[in-house]
Amino acid sequence: MKYIVCVTQSPDTAELPKVTVDQVESGNQGLELITNPWDEYAIEEGLRLKEKHGGSVLAITVGPAGAEGALKSAVAMGVPKGVRVWDDTFAGSDALAIGRILAAAVRKEGDYDVVLTGKTTVDGNGALVPVALASALGAALLSQVAKIVAIGDGKITVERLVEEGREKVTADLPVVIAPVKEINEPRYASFMGIRKASRAKFDVWDATALGIDANSVGAAGAKVAWGNLSKPPAREGSVVLMEGETVEEKVAKLVDALMAEKVI
Amino acid sequence: MSVLVWIEQYKGHVPSVSWEVLGKAKEFAGELGGSLVAVVAGEQVSDVAQEAFAYGADKVYAYESPELANFRVEPYAKVVSDAAKAANATIVLAGGTTRGRDLAAYVAALNSWGIAPDATGLSLADGKLIARREVYTGNILADITFKSDVQVASVRGRSFPLPEKEAGRQGELIAGDAAVAAGAAKSVVEGMSEKESGEVSLTDANIVVSGGRGVKGPEGFAPIRELAAVLGAAVGASRAAVDAGWISYDHQVGQTGKTVRPDLYIANGISGAIQHLAGMSSSKIIVAINKDPDAPIFQVANYGIVGDLFTYVPALTAELKKRK
Repeated sequence: MKYIVCVTQSPDTAELPKVTVDQVESGNQGLELITNPWDEYAIEEGLRLKEKHGGSVLAITVGPAGAEGALKSAVAMGVPKGVRVWDDTFAGSDALAIGRILAAAVRKEGDYDVVLTGKTTVDGNGALVPVALASALGAALLSQVAKIVAIGDGKITVERLVEEGREKVTADLPVVIAPVKEINEPRYASFMGIRKASRAKFDVWDATALGIDANSVGAAGAKVAWGNLSKPPAREGSVVLMEGETVEEKVAKLVDALMAEKVI
Repeated sequence: MSVLVWIEQYKGHVPSVSWEVLGKAKEFAGELGGSLVAVVAGEQVSDVAQEAFAYGADKVYAYESPELANFRVEPYAKVVSDAAKAANATIVLAGGTTRGRDLAAYVAALNSWGIAPDATGLSLADGKLIARREVYTGNILADITFKSDVQVASVRGRSFPLPEKEAGRQGELIAGDAAVAAGAAKSVVEGMSEKESGEVSLTDANIVVSGGRGVKGPEGFAPIRELAAVLGAAVGASRAAVDAGWISYDHQVGQTGKTVRPDLYIANGISGAIQHLAGMSSSKIIVAINKDPDAPIFQVANYGIVGDLFTYVPALTAELKKRK
């Protein structure tokens, strides 16, 4: 079996509340970048599949030279090999184009069984890449996966979290899986893994290697643009603390306030 | 020219966000001088189609087949793409549920149309759609504009009011080619273990009652659930409570859980870590009950009680019962 894990960098979640419009417009300049937290579940699941069923794991990222951090995280966790995919014509790609670029890279690697991605990113919040990737590959999309129940004989069965409960789904391989956090607990990087990652060199595949038409990606191929960026308005006013002699008096005042607000 | 909305249904039940989006789409169809088109797929959808007319649809494309009984994104995206082309739609919308978000993205990817996922606001400028959405986990607002002729968006629940329903209102019902769509399926749904009936869904709820680390254990959710029951509210939880194994992950609110925007959010024993705030800070009214007066949750709360949740939550439940 061959497992491919798609990873990317995102701002450190602890810094997100402080992010400025200028930083977003400049493409995350000046922000501490980490591996997108959702990708860690994908990396962990790729490693577990390999440990349980054998085969190989490859990590792929799309980004310029500075974007290797996510591949290094994957290597530090135990993924043996990573590939960085980049071409200057990719700059300004929208999420659907990133999905198509990843699909071209997966196809070049060939003969894959399971592609895993983070279910969304903490900056774009779009959850579009796994969908675009599955669509471009023509592989079944399995999003919101909480558990891989069985894999083998060219099939995979998973449990997905949907609004009404847990859905059990079977698809023919290959598939694209976007896991939810329930699927596993990502391992920490080992000391040896971190040493290996610090020395790791990654192949770079460009548009020519992937056979990608420059007009279909990058700013030229983008179908949407982000504009009019702003910080959301802060919540107005300050908290009104319920005062009173007794517990009953305080909760009665709270209920009065909520009725006046017409929310109960 | 038309504005098209996918109406989601599970066993004939339609989530309110589908109707909320249909209501907004009707305004756009009016402004653009086009028709309002709904599309629905499933094993038996005539009741849902009639409901779509009652909520304002001029036309409904109905794709009926036992093979479409269960939602899977590939055949359903084929349904919506086919209907959008047949209806000459320039705007394609879906509710931002788990299924709706996958579907809208898949439809956009299939056709190279632009997509705004999980929009919280929609408007028109010069006849083109502008979709407002939260990015950077709720810390930046962005307006998405489109460079494609067809503009696709999924829309977060409770972004728009539920439209008026006009019973008996009729429209044009068009049967879609369900067999072609069903052929696009790439997976089989083997079964579903449903949540307990009566449990209110977090993302649809008008009121959410949540518990965090201060709940102290699985049994600590009992008073939280009692308060939720008396309010008809959904039960939420912080990551700390979920990670401790006190309540299942599908209750988690926050960056790695669900984003909710109810009219009322009652946070009990939740400190208010930024990851939690990311999932609930756009609630209309926030109430915090916490022993620690310095807990960050009080910085976003409208009303607060400094005290032990095991004292105040049952007292609040009792007070609400008394006033019913």
